[in-house]
Amino acid sequence: MKAIYSLILVVALILIAMIGAGAMGMGALFGVIIPYVAVLVFIVGFVVRVVQWGKTPVPFRIPTTCGQARKSLPMFKDKWNRLDNPGTKLGVVGRMFFEVFLFRSLFRNTKVELHQGPHIAYSSSKWLWIFALIFHYTFLVIFLRHMRFFTEPVPEIFVTMDHMDSMFQILSPALYLSSVLILVALGYLLLRRLLVPTVRYISQPADYFPLFLIIGIVISGMLMRYIGAFKTDLMPVKELAMGLVQFSPTVPEGIGTTFFVHLFLVSVLLIYFPFSKLMHLGGVFLSPTRNLPNDSREKHHENPWNYPVKFHSYQSYEDENRAVMVESGLPVEKPLEEKAEEASGDETPDENAEKKE
Amino acid sequence: MYDANKIIPGLIIFALFMTFPFWYNLGAEAYSTPELELPEDYERCIESTEFMRAEHMNMLDEWRDLYVREGYQEYWSELKQESYPMSLTKTCMYCHSDKEEFCDRCHNATAVDPYCWDCHIEP
Ligand code: HEC
Ligand code: HEC
Ligand code: HEC
Ligand code: HEM
Repeated sequence: MKAIYSLILVVALILIAMIGAGAMGMGALFGVIIPYVAVLVFIVGFVVRVVQWGKTPVPFRIPTTCGQARKSLPMFKDKWNRLDNPGTKLGVVGRMFFEVFLFRSLFRNTKVELHQGPHIAYSSSKWLWIFALIFHYTFLVIFLRHMRFFTEPVPEIFVTMDHMDSMFQILSPALYLSSVLILVALGYLLLRRLLVPTVRYISQPADYFPLFLIIGIVISGMLMRYIGAFKTDLMPVKELAMGLVQFSPTVPEGIGTTFFVHLFLVSVLLIYFPFSKLMHLGGVFLSPTRNLPNDSREKHHENPWNYPVKFHSYQSYEDENRAVMVESGLPVEKPLEEKAEEASGDETPDENAEKKE
Repeated sequence: MYDANKIIPGLIIFALFMTFPFWYNLGAEAYSTPELELPEDYERCIESTEFMRAEHMNMLDEWRDLYVREGYQEYWSELKQESYPMSLTKTCMYCHSDKEEFCDRCHNATAVDPYCWDCHIEP
């Protein structure tokens, strides 16, 4: 049901763009105003969200279970933990690098299996990791390749990416490998949520919606490039895109409706981004279990929100309540006042024992 | 804010990356769709102009397959009630004889670089 709601929502968005930009000819709204608003909401929303996180006190170091605490015992070699449980800044930079670029913590993903009899086994499961990696990198490549619409002259690097991406020279215009791969990866990510019962159980509309939205963006883009009826002339598209980035917006004649659907879905994605789980783009850099060196034993860390902390030591607790405690027969460390002066000198176990009685 | 010395540079890099097209084109002339040099002796292309703009790459692809694999030679244009040889150089480039002022104008603007000319002769 949750998946269907999200699907209906995306279909409704597509219809809005088709009716609005296609049938009613509101090209200026869908081609200029909404994209501008979207970029603004995206950037401002992103920054505000990260600043909010930045204002949240940084927790105490969280050593992860992946590595033994450094230097705890001589039998634990430091070299085992340089990445998993680093105590130095350099180690943390390494851990963050692998996390951000290679999704290392997804790589550690395991699958729990119940074997015959009550035997639990954990085995490694790399599918999520590999498809997540494919999805994110192809998305990046597509995003960068699109810069050909937004730059003039087009920098050489984007042209080179284009060549590499279409190197098999299938079809004309040539098929981009990244578009095919992103569809495969999105298909896996969606089917995983739909078919694996445990994952399905915890999947919310907020999980399905971005998936359907991105699938919609990719399919509308590919239709526009490869499929006859949906094709659009790219020359006015470039004019519109350049108008946007040079702040002299125009809506030229001859842009197909598919393009407005594509652009509208992208705008929705940008607006949705700062309010959704997609903020993990910024959040990954702020994960406390990844970006804090485990040096709690070497360095003194003060908690940053209410230091110095007011504390109530046992000594002062006993000082306040000693009379009552002695009266009700509770053991006390120091005897009652009158004897306290004597006791503060040499104390022998025998004396203590006497007092307790 | 905690760790402002790391978070603020990070956010600045993010904003610069996301606004790349806005500052990359700063100072450049306002973009306009390039002018094409159209054939003087002819009124129309072999199909409608809209169709040619969106579909010429596909059409060439089909021609190539039909010519090389199926042995067809001629393309019948409904629009012009005329038949044309299915040939890149002999048909398209016969009318659009200046590649630089025609095909390349569009292709450069959209960073398209057809590899056909690795083998086919440019007029
Ligand atoms: C009979 C001569 C002739 C032939 C052959 C011909 N064209 Fe054209 N083409 C023209 C003319 C004339 C125009 C301008 C039409 C107009 O202004 O509406 C044109 C327009 C075009 C346009 C649209 C340009 C624009 O204004 O945006 C494209 C693209 C195009 N031709 C590609 C081709 C391709 C590819 C071929 C080969 C398959 C080809 N033409 C063959 C004469 C020809
Ligand atoms: C109106 C502008 C325009 C003109 C004129 C034009 N093209 Fe194109 N051409 C394009 C665009 C835009 C694309 C890319 C289509 C896409 O990405 O959807 C393209 C793509 C192509 C491709 C496929 C490239 C690939 O990546 O596989 C070929 C082949 C091609 N054009 C041939 C020609 C030839 C030959 C001429 C000259 C006779 C010509 N075109 C004139 C706009 C034009
Ligand atoms: C590897 C070299 C090579 C490349 C690259 C190439 N072709 Fe060809 N093409 C040929 C050969 C060889 C023939 C056959 C010529 C013949 O039999 O007369 C041919 C024939 C054709 C024909 C029919 C005959 C004619 O006179 O044009 C078309 C149309 C054609 N190619 C289009 C294309 C297009 C469009 C591209 C780019 C997307 C392209 N070719 C890329 C080698 C190539
Ligand atoms: C994150 C945002 C976007 C994603 C994921 C995306 C995705 C895609 C994909 C997968 C394609 C298929 C062909 C290809 O891979 O190039 C495509 C094509 C296209 N996209 Fe996007 N797109 C995005 C943003 C935009 C924007 C902002 C524009 C506005 C100019 C745009 C305009 C186009 C056009 C015109 C095509 C057709 C390209 C062609 O015919 O060669 N896209 N898009």
